[in-house]
Amino acid sequence: MFHNLRQLVRYRALIQSLVTRELKARYRGSVLGFFWSFVNPLLLLVVYSFVFSVVLPGTHPQEIEPYALFLFCGLLPWTWFSSSLTEAANSLMAGGNLIKKVLFPAEILPIVSVLANMMHFFFGLPILLAFLLYFQPTITFVEVLWFPVVVAVQLLFTLGLSLLLAALTVHFRDIKDILSNLLTLWFFATPIIYPMHLAPGTMSKAVLNANPFSHFAVSYQEILFYRGPFGHWKWLMAIFAASIVLFLVGYFLFDRLRDSFAEEV
Amino acid sequence: MATNTPALAIRADHVTKIYRRFAHKRQFATLKSAILSGSLVRDLKPDETFRALDDVSFDVEAGKTYGIIGRNGSGKSTMLKCVAGITKPTNGKVTVNGRISALIELGAGFHPEISGRENVFINGIMLGLSKAEIEKRFDEIVEFAELAPFIDAPVKTYSSGMYMRLGFAVAVHVDPDVLLVDEVLAVGDEGFAHKCLDKFAEFRRRGKTILLVTHSLGLVERFCDEALWLDKGRVRGVGDPKRVVDAYVTEVEESEEAFLAAEDARNRERVDLGAGSSVPAPADGTDASVTAGNVEAPADMFQAEAGRWGSREIAITRVDLVGPDGQPGHVFQTGEPLTIRLQLEAAHPVKDFVFGMGLFNADGVCIYGTNTNIEEMSAQEISGKGEVGFVIDDLALTEGTYKLDLAVHKLDGFPYDYHRQLYTFRVKSRIKDVGFFRPRHSWTFSPSIRLTQLSGPEGWRPHMKDDDTTA
Repeated sequence: MFHNLRQLVRYRALIQSLVTRELKARYRGSVLGFFWSFVNPLLLLVVYSFVFSVVLPGTHPQEIEPYALFLFCGLLPWTWFSSSLTEAANSLMAGGNLIKKVLFPAEILPIVSVLANMMHFFFGLPILLAFLLYFQPTITFVEVLWFPVVVAVQLLFTLGLSLLLAALTVHFRDIKDILSNLLTLWFFATPIIYPMHLAPGTMSKAVLNANPFSHFAVSYQEILFYRGPFGHWKWLMAIFAASIVLFLVGYFLFDRLRDSFAEEV
Repeated sequence: MATNTPALAIRADHVTKIYRRFAHKRQFATLKSAILSGSLVRDLKPDETFRALDDVSFDVEAGKTYGIIGRNGSGKSTMLKCVAGITKPTNGKVTVNGRISALIELGAGFHPEISGRENVFINGIMLGLSKAEIEKRFDEIVEFAELAPFIDAPVKTYSSGMYMRLGFAVAVHVDPDVLLVDEVLAVGDEGFAHKCLDKFAEFRRRGKTILLVTHSLGLVERFCDEALWLDKGRVRGVGDPKRVVDAYVTEVEESEEAFLAAEDARNRERVDLGAGSSVPAPADGTDASVTAGNVEAPADMFQAEAGRWGSREIAITRVDLVGPDGQPGHVFQTGEPLTIRLQLEAAHPVKDFVFGMGLFNADGVCIYGTNTNIEEMSAQEISGKGEVGFVIDDLALTEGTYKLDLAVHKLDGFPYDYHRQLYTFRVKSRIKDVGFFRPRHSWTFSPSIRLTQLSGPEGWRPHMKDDDTTA
């Protein structure tokens, strides 16, 4: 297992070019092209802002202002996370040709899914930055330093879960269908459209705390939205430890099932 | 480049590959039910197994070209995948020395939306080249694939030939030490196919190892230093390509014989000839689509499908194709004698009758036809049982499948018993000449023209005037 992990480093050129290909191929043929990477999160934001300020006004507390910025802090990383999982779960099937016909380390496929979506996340950051500069130019330098740490932990967490799902989906195609619904549920069980401390009554604090993505969302919000120092780092470190375990478990399972892929895909 | 020591390039050591097949139930199991019933682990275990490879061992010396032949499903491709490392053998070990490039599926990693140029780079990286190496070879690859004008167009706009050519070009320019080829020589047009063969020849000259899986036996004989015959996952023969191919061909003929015999039996049953027996099957219960038992001949004889019709006053009760060994069969060699033997039975003495035969190729084109009237024989009388033989001294047909019409009818054409294309036989030949008819022939050359007979296939010799050239 660890031998294979080390091997992965050798394939970084391949991963890099596959991520590039993924990004290039995605908007090939559309009028706006690469621009979609910026427009997509913006449109998503517009939709949610519309829902919560026009369709359901007053459902968000007045103290969360500007609400659009708050929403964006959680929405952008969530989009990265959820699209990564959806694509990664399907990645081995989509890349079946490679696994069956070319000597190819299969884990590259879900990894590429996660990384390509991370790039989209990065492309959305300038918009977030513009929002920040417009609404909240008071962000402190120390807080910003935490940002890449949160991103790194989220990357590890997403990779672990993606490997796990990718390997299992080969054997249980149902995961693909269950996953999209589970992700919707997960989204609403995460403090993205509402702040953690104002969770709906039925949702206990324990449930939110048990949800790992709550801590990513809260971390982003504390760094980018709320004033004051980043107080969530203890939780983040706990999630970091959990992510390492998740990654190792995910990779281990993937590695164990590896030989079955060429036959089952 | 060429190695002096006869090092091994590939070693397959008691390789067994067991594919797992899952029981019907397993396919409908969901993750949820698997978890609920706690059978997740159990479900991932196979219920049933299939041995694709069974204890296969062989060595390929570096620099040799090695052919693997065998029928569909004999494990050839699985073997190649094991060598390529795409699948792991269940038992045993495969060791390969040097960089491998596998021509298993050409352009497997191409992404349709991006340009040929970008795909060449990504495919090259997948096959183990660095970016710099690809840049160095890029022009050569594009030139080889003959795709210079299209290289910046998205691959989805390529024709399948272009796609394959590009895939092939990238794969051979990886400059592998060991090249694995799975039946991909049929790439592109004639010109490109030659180019591929030239490329393989170049690989050989440069002392590279080639492992070739193919159905083209000629290629194996011409090209390979050694051959392996796989049958149902087991090694049936290994060694000199010609010897292995011969053994394989013999067995294929035997199984074709069995196949044709079965088809023949079905045909006979349809038209209520007892399969291989002189007892006619009951006249009813036959396939309605067949013109069995009809008295009237079809309006247009050239459009008529296989079947049987006629009044049966004289009935053809049994037909055998007899080869030189005196045994009825369905597969014959070019140039060998063949007798078509008909058993007949007349219900009452008949004075007006003609025996006829027609020979058709697989497309239904008449190659030859004759009858006793054309050949100026006058019928006197037939009564009771009898036997007719149509004796061919020298089956002057090229390789292929042929069908027979056999009939007994009145002088004016009224059918007693007409068997339309009910008998199929196959002609085998070691020489792949074309057309249908092979006239008995030989070549002569004046002393200023010198040729050497490369191989002396058995089918060739009967026609050669002087056998010395084979020496």
